[in-house]
Amino acid sequence: MDLLIPDTGLFILQTIAFILLLIFLGKFAWKPILSGLKEREQTIESALLAAEQAKKDMQALQADNEKLLAEARAERDAILKEAMATANSIKEEAKEETSKITAKMLEDAKATIENEKRAALAEVKTQVAALSLDITEKVIRKQLSDKKAQEALVDEYVKDLNLN
Amino acid sequence: MKQSRTNIPNLLIISFLAAIFGLASSSNLWAASGGGDEEKEGGGTDFIMHHIKDDYQWHIITLGHTHVTIPLPVIVYDYEDGLKVFMSSDFYDEHHQPKPHGGYYIDHGKLYKLTEGYSASSAHDNEGHEEDHHEEAGFHNEDAGHGEEGAHEQEEAHGNEHEGMTQSGFLDISITKNVASLIISMILLFGVFFTVAKRYKKGIAAPKGIQSLFEPVIVFIRDDIAKVNIGEHKYERFMPYLLTLFFFILFNNLLGLTPGAANLTGNIAVTMCLALFTFFITQFNGRKAYWMHILWTPGVPLPIRPVILVVEVIGIFTKPISLTLRLFASITAGHIVVLSIVGLGFILNSLVVGFVGTLFSVIITLIEILVAVIQAYVFTLFSSMYIGQAVDDGHH
Repeated sequence: MDLLIPDTGLFILQTIAFILLLIFLGKFAWKPILSGLKEREQTIESALLAAEQAKKDMQALQADNEKLLAEARAERDAILKEAMATANSIKEEAKEETSKITAKMLEDAKATIENEKRAALAEVKTQVAALSLDITEKVIRKQLSDKKAQEALVDEYVKDLNLN
Repeated sequence: MKQSRTNIPNLLIISFLAAIFGLASSSNLWAASGGGDEEKEGGGTDFIMHHIKDDYQWHIITLGHTHVTIPLPVIVYDYEDGLKVFMSSDFYDEHHQPKPHGGYYIDHGKLYKLTEGYSASSAHDNEGHEEDHHEEAGFHNEDAGHGEEGAHEQEEAHGNEHEGMTQSGFLDISITKNVASLIISMILLFGVFFTVAKRYKKGIAAPKGIQSLFEPVIVFIRDDIAKVNIGEHKYERFMPYLLTLFFFILFNNLLGLTPGAANLTGNIAVTMCLALFTFFITQFNGRKAYWMHILWTPGVPLPIRPVILVVEVIGIFTKPISLTLRLFASITAGHIVVLSIVGLGFILNSLVVGFVGTLFSVIITLIEILVAVIQAYVFTLFSSMYIGQAVDDGHH
């Protein structure tokens, strides 16, 4: 039965000791430990959240990059296409120009040739006329060398005159 | 494969420590049993009771006839003469027999104040009787054939027979074995948790060393005991109490298992003190809902309410009593079981029983380590549940 009867002295000392433990452990051990734990947990949580955020940011950045790259590629393609088109049009124009110039030159040449031909023909005509005159003169002179022939001719002329 | 290999040395160390504990206990028992066949039965009980009860000196080991004890201060507040301080060694002569000192006398772990009726001869008679009593006890018990009852009667008779001695008129606040153990545990608790706290003050860092041993326990108490039972918003106020309670009980339970140590948490004064702390914290933090629940339970038919009132009021007081007795009984019972099993070999005077008993006591000691942790957990758990009921605002 002795065991079941609490000892007053021990009870008092236990109470004092426990109060001391509560005060000193509470102030110098539990307070820093609990706040330290809390702080660490919060830090870990925020760090995890930050990591998650960073991951998301990273993904967004990557997506952005992808988009930018795609845009750049598209732009490059567009530029290339445009350049090609421009080059083509320039080529086309050049070709046209060339063909135009060629056509003009041909025309010019043709015109010159025509002129030359005409001039040549006119010369030939003049020459032919001069030659015919010469020949005619020579023929006439030969024909009119005798008197009889001259008279005949005068006659003819007179006859014509009469007619008029 | 690797795991099991590394565990073997640890198991060996644990077994070795447990064996040392067994040896230390058995040498005491050997002394207590006194060698004589007739006295063994009574000696075993005496030895166990001696271990479980408080004492004014710290008895460590007995080698042959030499008692190795640490004398402790005996502090008495006399209602007439004021504070008095002695050493417990003053109360024993060179043959380890009790003798009066400074108007006080220690007999069977109890302090008596000498009154006018006391005379030196009566003390001498007492001592003479004491020796007779010790020698006769065995015979008497065997003759009577009902050992324990006989011993009990003798004990009671013994308590009353001191003439000129009284247990009243003074307050005994001695540094007994239990108080010394209490102080040791306080130093240990301060040492351990100030060291742990130092790491947290340095800022955020990963747990290291002794901190990694206690941090999970602290987190467990916070998350699985306090938060669950008291509630997310109110638990913080009670954390210092719950942590102090848990580690005080745990440390003292484990200290009680070391060889030659005191049985602090198996002492009813200590467990009662702890239970009363929980009791007062619970009552002082009781909200309206808590008192309403006790005094005029809502949701119950009117005629039954007075009955429930009686039950609930009784319930307020049975809670601390159950806390007191649970811890006291489990720790004391554990000590009795271990010592009884070790004692079997000596009582039956058999080497085989002694050998098997020692092995068995090793197993029981390991179970006791488990019980030490479980009881600390249970006391803290129930305390937080009672506090949780008190601070609940009644949102069911």
